[in-house]
Amino acid sequence: MITLAGICREFMVGDERVAALRDVDLTIATGEYIAVMGPSGSGKSTLLNIIGLLDRPDAGTYLLDGEDITGLGDRQQAALRRHKIGFVFQFFHLVPRMTAAENIELPMILAGIDPSERKQRVAATIDAFGIGNRARHRPDQLSGGQRQRVAIARAVIMQPHTLLADEPTGNLDRVSGGEVVEILEDLNSRGLTLITVTHDPDLGKRAGRRIRMVDGRIESDR
Amino acid sequence: MYLRDIISFSLRASLGYPVRTFLMLLAMAIGVGSVVILSTLGEGARRYVIGQFSNLGTNLIIVLPGRSETVGGPPPLLGITPRDLTLDDAMALRRSSSIRHVAPLTVGAAPVSAEGRQRETTILGSTPSLLPLRQLEMAQGRFLPEGDPTRAAPICVLGYEIKAELFGAAPAVGESVRIGDRRFRIIGVLSDKGESVGMDMGDIVIVPVASAQALFNVSSLFRVMIEASDRDAIGRAKEAIAAIIRERHDGEDDVTIVTQDAILATFDRIFVALTLTVAGIAAISLGVAGILIMNVMLIAVSQRRSEVGLLKAIGAPGNRILTLFLVEAAILSLVGAAFGLILATAGTWVLGRVFPDFPLFMPLWSLAAAVGVALSTGLVFGVLPARRAARLDPVQSLSRR
Ligand SMILES: Nc1ncnc2c1ncn2[C@@H]1O[C@H](COP(=O)(O)OP(=O)(O)OP(=O)(O)O)[C@@H](O)[C@H]1O
Ligand SMILES: [Mg+2]
Repeated sequence: MITLAGICREFMVGDERVAALRDVDLTIATGEYIAVMGPSGSGKSTLLNIIGLLDRPDAGTYLLDGEDITGLGDRQQAALRRHKIGFVFQFFHLVPRMTAAENIELPMILAGIDPSERKQRVAATIDAFGIGNRARHRPDQLSGGQRQRVAIARAVIMQPHTLLADEPTGNLDRVSGGEVVEILEDLNSRGLTLITVTHDPDLGKRAGRRIRMVDGRIESDR
Repeated sequence: MYLRDIISFSLRASLGYPVRTFLMLLAMAIGVGSVVILSTLGEGARRYVIGQFSNLGTNLIIVLPGRSETVGGPPPLLGITPRDLTLDDAMALRRSSSIRHVAPLTVGAAPVSAEGRQRETTILGSTPSLLPLRQLEMAQGRFLPEGDPTRAAPICVLGYEIKAELFGAAPAVGESVRIGDRRFRIIGVLSDKGESVGMDMGDIVIVPVASAQALFNVSSLFRVMIEASDRDAIGRAKEAIAAIIRERHDGEDDVTIVTQDAILATFDRIFVALTLTVAGIAAISLGVAGILIMNVMLIAVSQRRSEVGLLKAIGAPGNRILTLFLVEAAILSLVGAAFGLILATAGTWVLGRVFPDFPLFMPLWSLAAAVGVALSTGLVFGVLPARRAARLDPVQSLSRR
């Protein structure tokens, strides 16, 4: 359950203030599938970063599962990112020196999970995502679609309740993009809240709820 | 996060960039290696000099005229000029049972000539006791004969160098030399062994102390060398010397009594200071290594911006990032230090081969100090890059590829 009220975010570009988000109110229930759309520079990524606790709003309140997180410190926010939120990026952001399996294991290492349990969960996830034969490959030995699958596996290995994907297919061809969307939707059908940013109208239509942003405001929400 | 995982993460991160890692290890290894090698040389030199001083003669006590300490307080109203140390004073010291040998010394320089050749040389006036006291050895002839030390005699013993210069390979014993305006018969030549620190025993002519006093027209002694009967007797001998001289000098303590231990201690301090100084200079190279580490780590941080952003996105707080980078710097420093120790061992071995006579001694403290300094430089210079990494804004670090 995510509740945003009166969220504002401004950036200073030179001497000028650029408002990336203006007074955004948004409530997202657990298990929803939301596509955030809108022209470039309208504040989609900024909204996602604030929901994902990578960025802090300048004004407004943000309740995550009823808890006001705007006053939390770095440590507590990091703990929430670790346990409640998963991120998928347009450019995958896999650690190049680590194998696919090691990239998937990384969040559990940071969370201090026992090595034997880590192994078990990595093995299960690799199977579920159909990357078993690529587990020992490094990112540069994987195709874009495979990389994004590894990235999604990494995002959900800690079993978060919300998955944030910023243009997850933006860097993929249609076929592997379609596969990635299927994986994300499958995760959503099992109860994960899914929020994707996309420029692709077809993809937008598949979502249960479409939010259109223009110039830092929510223009429509259906 | 488990410590094991922190270490293996940092280790693998450094292995991910082999060139920079190699450079850092090299810098550290050179720094640590030079600290250890230089302190090994310094410690070796200290031991060498101490060893030489121990050869000087054991249980040695030296009496000098005049007090060397400057004591605070008002200056005496009547100027007291220190009394001379005389030959009779020296002979009186033989009374003490704690004293084995007493060798009075008079020193001067005079032209020495023989067979048309002339050299300006140190003339040493002493007694037969000088031979055992300075552990001198004879090459030819004999040393000064026993007898009344107050009686002058026209005999002398040559150092091997002056002998060679005046006579070449020809025998000198039985010949005579002219010292100043007097003739002396040569009764012996010192060997080039038994030479000891403090005085060149090659370029020297030894004559009876009374002859030297007559030659230089002095009644005082340069100093008196004394050998205590054994190590435990040094303290008693010192007291006895002080008491005897005081009694003979109307109750004045106007001589300085120096023991070999005190000289050794002084040299010891000098050499320890010297060793620390060269080791300190070598430590500057560790500082340079530290700056290199900082630079390389800063580059590493900017190379790994998106990795840091990712780590934050998947739940690492800033402190964890800081720890990871600091551990990486620490690991690199320690591994570099280990290589440095290997380098130092190899270097010492080579030095030992090239200069087999020089006693090399690797002091344990220098190993500990070098590794400690390496680790702390790594950490100190690692802090800035690590903090920079910890403060990276995840959104910005992730926005670029
Ligand atoms: N770190 C920043 N510094 C300055 N301005 C920023 C920063 N991040 C975002 N902005 C500005 O805020 C506005 C919204 O940016 P945002 O990235 O959220 O847009 P977006 O909708 O994701 O665009 P796109 O579709 O191109 O990804 C833009 O005008 C952008 O220039
Ligand atoms: Mg964007």
